[in-house]
Amino acid sequence: MMSTDNNDTKNTDSTDENGQKGDILLEMRDVHIDGFSDEKWHHIVKGVDLTLRRGEVMGLIGESGAGKSTLGLAAMGFAQPGCKIVSGTIKFDGMELTKASENEKRALWGSRIAYVAQSAAASFNPAHRLIDQTVESTVNSGIRSLEEAQADARTLYASLQLPDAENIGDRYPHQVSGGQLQRMMTAMAMSSRPDLIIFDEPTTALDVTTQVEVLVAMRDIVERFNTAAIYITHDLAVVAQMADFIKVLRYGNEVEEAETRQMLTSPKEEYTKSLWSVRALTKPEETSDDVVIEIKNVDAAYGGSVKVLHDINIKLPRGRTVAVVGESGSGKSTTARVITGLLPPMTGEVLFNGEVLPKALKDRSKDQLQRIQMIYQMADTAMNPRHTIAEIIGRPLEFYHDLSGKAKQDRILELLHLIELDQTFYDRIPSELSGGQKQRVCIARALAAEPDVIICDEVTSALDQIVQEGILQLLLRLQRELGISYLFITHDIATVQAISDEIVVMYQGAVVEQGLKSEIMSPPYPEYTQLLLKSVPEMDPDWLTNLVDDRL
Amino acid sequence: MHPILGTVLQRILLGVVTLFFVSLIIFSAIEFLPGDFTQAVLGQAATEETVAAFRKELGLDQPAPVRYMEWIQAVMSGDLGTSFSGRNASGIDRSRSVVDLIEPRLWNTLFLAAMAAIVAVPLALFLGITAALYRNSVYDRVVNASTLTTISFPEFFVAYILILFMSQLWFDFPAIASVNAETPFWERVYKCILPALTMTLVIVAHMMRMTRAAIINLLASPYIEMARLKGISKSQVILRHALPNAWAPIATVIAFNLAYLVVGVVVVEVVFVYPGIGQLMVNSVTTRDIPVVQACALIFAATYIILNLIADIIGIVTNPRLLHPR
Repeated sequence: MMSTDNNDTKNTDSTDENGQKGDILLEMRDVHIDGFSDEKWHHIVKGVDLTLRRGEVMGLIGESGAGKSTLGLAAMGFAQPGCKIVSGTIKFDGMELTKASENEKRALWGSRIAYVAQSAAASFNPAHRLIDQTVESTVNSGIRSLEEAQADARTLYASLQLPDAENIGDRYPHQVSGGQLQRMMTAMAMSSRPDLIIFDEPTTALDVTTQVEVLVAMRDIVERFNTAAIYITHDLAVVAQMADFIKVLRYGNEVEEAETRQMLTSPKEEYTKSLWSVRALTKPEETSDDVVIEIKNVDAAYGGSVKVLHDINIKLPRGRTVAVVGESGSGKSTTARVITGLLPPMTGEVLFNGEVLPKALKDRSKDQLQRIQMIYQMADTAMNPRHTIAEIIGRPLEFYHDLSGKAKQDRILELLHLIELDQTFYDRIPSELSGGQKQRVCIARALAAEPDVIICDEVTSALDQIVQEGILQLLLRLQRELGISYLFITHDIATVQAISDEIVVMYQGAVVEQGLKSEIMSPPYPEYTQLLLKSVPEMDPDWLTNLVDDRL
Repeated sequence: MHPILGTVLQRILLGVVTLFFVSLIIFSAIEFLPGDFTQAVLGQAATEETVAAFRKELGLDQPAPVRYMEWIQAVMSGDLGTSFSGRNASGIDRSRSVVDLIEPRLWNTLFLAAMAAIVAVPLALFLGITAALYRNSVYDRVVNASTLTTISFPEFFVAYILILFMSQLWFDFPAIASVNAETPFWERVYKCILPALTMTLVIVAHMMRMTRAAIINLLASPYIEMARLKGISKSQVILRHALPNAWAPIATVIAFNLAYLVVGVVVVEVVFVYPGIGQLMVNSVTTRDIPVVQACALIFAATYIILNLIADIIGIVTNPRLLHPR
């Protein structure tokens, strides 16, 4: 049990004796942070200033590698293993955290500063009941007794709209859903009624429909207890709902900071404007009666027992893009597995150019395999880390087209040119490439087979928005030049707008509807499509408020 | 029925099947042993008739599958057969049942193993947890280096060094652990101190390093970072947040070492002249006393299987995903 810091005993009221709304709570000056990777120290955060007052919510946005999470943790005086705070001052409520001892900081963590992590599923200890984890720091630091803290936790669960608030805390983390866990973690952060909460990408791993509920719950509770918060995300539309003002980071430097509305309507810096413009990418829709792939009445199950696809019918017109949208677990990726033959369907068939494809992968001819290719979400894990780019792209050239020697080399260079990478990439290995470059190599590997159809499974989900735009434009250009058809699986509606001709909406293993983009995106909607579309955050700071009002 | 019971039952059944296959392997391995008991006893001079008569008396004239079936049936009813030794060319049968031969020896071995385990397991866990807590400190390095040193020497060397210092130079612990059925408990403990200490030194390193590695492995997980960011103290992070998730690998390595305490101690038994089952087995192999060898091998296999089964079950019941299904 830890010693009780007398200053920590606080009221649960919105204003406590330590300060009033508007007082400066956190002040960071000229903070520099170094991180150790690839055998050397890198400068991650390069002199950022940050001021946060009581009751304010600051949005911290930027692409991956911008240093936003590192900065967020530094606000707690914490440096991740492999990182160190080199210089600068971090003052929390008058206390200098860079000079504080480990024990002094530990007394703050969990009681006055709380942290909400990106992946709630990984951040809860699998071995303990949720309620025990919720109240752990509150009880440890002596803010409340165990019984009080548990009663309070149940109240918090209820106000976060968790189902069965009385008993849900007795469950283990694996027994509740991802969205529930994320709310649970907010309850855990709130349990000690901290002065400051750091939200580190708390909704990034969630489906849009779940994200809305979590966002509403988090915003309400932060407002109710007048807690100050730093909200870290790369999603502009989300931060617009949550933050009073926004700070944009890039390469460890501050780009600009402004009040939320001002930032959205009139960003000053070029970089900020480019972030805003990504979502403007759209494609005029076209259709075709020439169907290249048709999925007919397909049912599929894993292990022969759990049925995951119910009577799926999808048509993919030649040279067009069909986007398959739906939340996780809706059967999008399973559909892709059925088309590629990785998961033979129980009933129904897949037609390719009017011919029935054999159900199982091993029964398909080399020609059939060659003409349907796939690109995956995680470019990292889809490539052998020991192979050079030339080997990765060269493999399908040898396998499908019997190319070797000079002919193969020329074709590899041609493909590299096609995906806008130069020949210096020829001998590199995947770990030397950025996320976007890796995904381009995966595209080149799919192109090497010269396919008619490419199935793209969440190919841009792991990428930053600017990089996403580059990949999407590349895919569009390749479609225009080579006439490839895409089946584009995604949960991101902005991506759908950018790339698709037709849309398939899936829900719980069944197709809700298929149609032209303009038809699906305009009323009348089936109930689920409406929920899905309404859940996509918009760049309007009032979007969430209006949505909540609508629902009441 | 709780689903975990089903899993446990399934494991037990698997253990029985494994034991059955092991019995097959033991039996055929002994079939391949060169030499023959009758010739070993009767000597080169025996006539073919006497050899044949003796073989018939022992049942060795039957084909191997028949003998296997008879053996396995007897084993299942608890009868491990009759030792070959005690018979000789004179025709007087002084042979004893294998159970009588093995029982006191097995008890001695289990006693010694228990003594070593009672010291070694808690010591290894304590050292492993504290080494993980203060990892890369001087303490961690000293613990690692010293346990590695003891595991790196052969057992007989450790045993003789212990005899030299603990029994001759500094203290006066008994260098010979001669016990029998009448030895009182505490005298038994006193006599077994050096062999038990030898075995402790040999097995602590493995368990300690595995405990340390299992915990450190978990320290990189997001929920451990979360626990730190919740202001949980270092020791609580390890004891409350890491250890409960590390039991499965730790239990496996403990089971492995406990099994070693039972089946791998023959060298230590020889050095300290301790009447354990290991010595009995080695002697029986030299005299071609097949029923005893088979019984010992079967007991060793059963020890491994049972201990690993227990480790598996610990792994299952400490996994909340299995203990509390959705």
